Amino acid sequence: MNTKITDCIRCDFPLLIQTNEAYLDNAATSQKPYCVINAVEDFYKHSNANPLRGLYELSVNATDRYEDAREAVAKFIHAGESAEIIFTRNTTESLNLIAYSYGLSNLREGDEIVVSITEHHSNILPWQMVARSTGAKLSYLECEQDGRITDEAIEKTITEKTRLVAVGEVSNVTGRRNPVEKIIEKAHSVGAVTVVDGAQSTPHMAVDVQAMNTDFFAFSGHKLLGPMGIGVLYGRRELLEAMPPFLTGGEMIQTVSREGAVWAELPHKFEAGTVNAADAVGLHAAIDYITGLGFDAITEREDALTAYAMEGMKKIPHLHLIGSEDPAEHNGILNFVIDGVHPHDISAILDADGIDVRAGHHCAQPLLNHLGFRSTTRASLMFYNTEEEVRRLLGSLASVRSRMGYED
Amino acid sequence: MSNRSFYNEILTEHNMHPDFKHPLPDADLVLEGINPTCGDDIFLRLKVDENDNIVDGAYDGDGCAISQASADIMLGLIVGRPREEALHLADIFIRMIKKDASEEEIEELEEASALRDISHMPSRVKCAVLGWHTLQEIFKPGGRKTAEENAVRMRPRR
Repeated sequence: MNTKITDCIRCDFPLLIQTNEAYLDNAATSQKPYCVINAVEDFYKHSNANPLRGLYELSVNATDRYEDAREAVAKFIHAGESAEIIFTRNTTESLNLIAYSYGLSNLREGDEIVVSITEHHSNILPWQMVARSTGAKLSYLECEQDGRITDEAIEKTITEKTRLVAVGEVSNVTGRRNPVEKIIEKAHSVGAVTVVDGAQSTPHMAVDVQAMNTDFFAFSGHKLLGPMGIGVLYGRRELLEAMPPFLTGGEMIQTVSREGAVWAELPHKFEAGTVNAADAVGLHAAIDYITGLGFDAITEREDALTAYAMEGMKKIPHLHLIGSEDPAEHNGILNFVIDGVHPHDISAILDADGIDVRAGHHCAQPLLNHLGFRSTTRASLMFYNTEEEVRRLLGSLASVRSRMGYED
Repeated sequence: MSNRSFYNEILTEHNMHPDFKHPLPDADLVLEGINPTCGDDIFLRLKVDENDNIVDGAYDGDGCAISQASADIMLGLIVGRPREEALHLADIFIRMIKKDASEEEIEELEEASALRDISHMPSRVKCAVLGWHTLQEIFKPGGRKTAEENAVRMRPRR
């Protein structure tokens, strides 16, 4: 395999150097490079003070590093300004913020919420909650057997009554990128607001929220080499300004009286309590690292690994891969079933061989049911994986049926 | 990494060619056992005479080889025994999986002792005990002839 990124990249990742395991569960969370781990440590060693409040130099420095991270995130996803970037814990919290703050105050009976069937539970359950609380109707944008959302489905499902459309940019089950631009265009044409879940897309492709023209965009730091516990919500300024706070308390006010309070300006209105500055600084380091590599090189490497894996999987009898035939449409995600062997047994056998994959419903039960599966096994690749690891995966998979007592 | 050995022949044989995976329309007791962490699911059905002897049993469901084979092995062991003996064996089995049973006790489990190595794999313990736990619950009040609404939900793994 001749790619710009080589196996040497693994030297940037302490866990990958230490382990003999093939870590192929990257869609669940990514490994962290030294620069991220060091940035978090450095914050606590040299800049630790409560940001945004203290008037002394250390606190000012902590504030600067936190706000620099916000600036870096804004640049990374091409937000118009950094005040449109809210730090949260993760994608789930970002999506819940939109649901509780925007959803509950803007939707009412007779309105429709459209959610794509390809969603992770975290982009379904908040909308089920909004529908239950407001009386709005929840409808699903269905996909084809290979995970594709067609133009006809978009036209049919998004109606004059639709007030909000929630869709993942990349499915964590099929790895396919949804036609978010078309969905957003249609949603806006009927006056609906759009929510894009970028948890699976941000690690693999450049994102431009303004070109995409989405109203909201959510993602997690930990899937893109950053620390766990830091996530992002992007929202258009007009919408964020009109929305009530999600959580109330410290650091999100201008003034508080006995009777009430005046909320702080954006983005602080949505960041109640002491912020997670150290992990924001870690996310900043992750973004710098990824930007340094460049998405062209990342995609080249991940597509080459995916193509190699798919070619091998096609030759394994009784193995059925879910999703597109085209490796470039998988974003590193290889989800499959093997006839007669339960996904948990597949994953236990791979574990015995030192290969880490995910088995189950992948927090996307409605999609799995729609596609006719109860559970599947998922290997998910990142640019730091190697051809050798994929070869080990293929070798193990080829032996699964015989190890479960089948003769072929 | 200790599971190389544990997809042994006894387990794969019971998974692929189960003796008790079939309908039992005239069952006296029916209970569904669910493991929500992984979606394993079995329906346990027992025929019990007036003296609380288990005269027949069957299961069906969907799940990994460990959960399905464990239920099959369990039925092979308990059909023909009085209820108290079956519950005694369930108690030993569950303790075996928690590494809390003596060698003498494990011997009583006969073929089911083939699953003892699962005690080294915390992520699969729930699969192994699903059938046995359902057996314990089926004899409690409410286990009779009520399936779905009485499903035994095992607590999610912490």
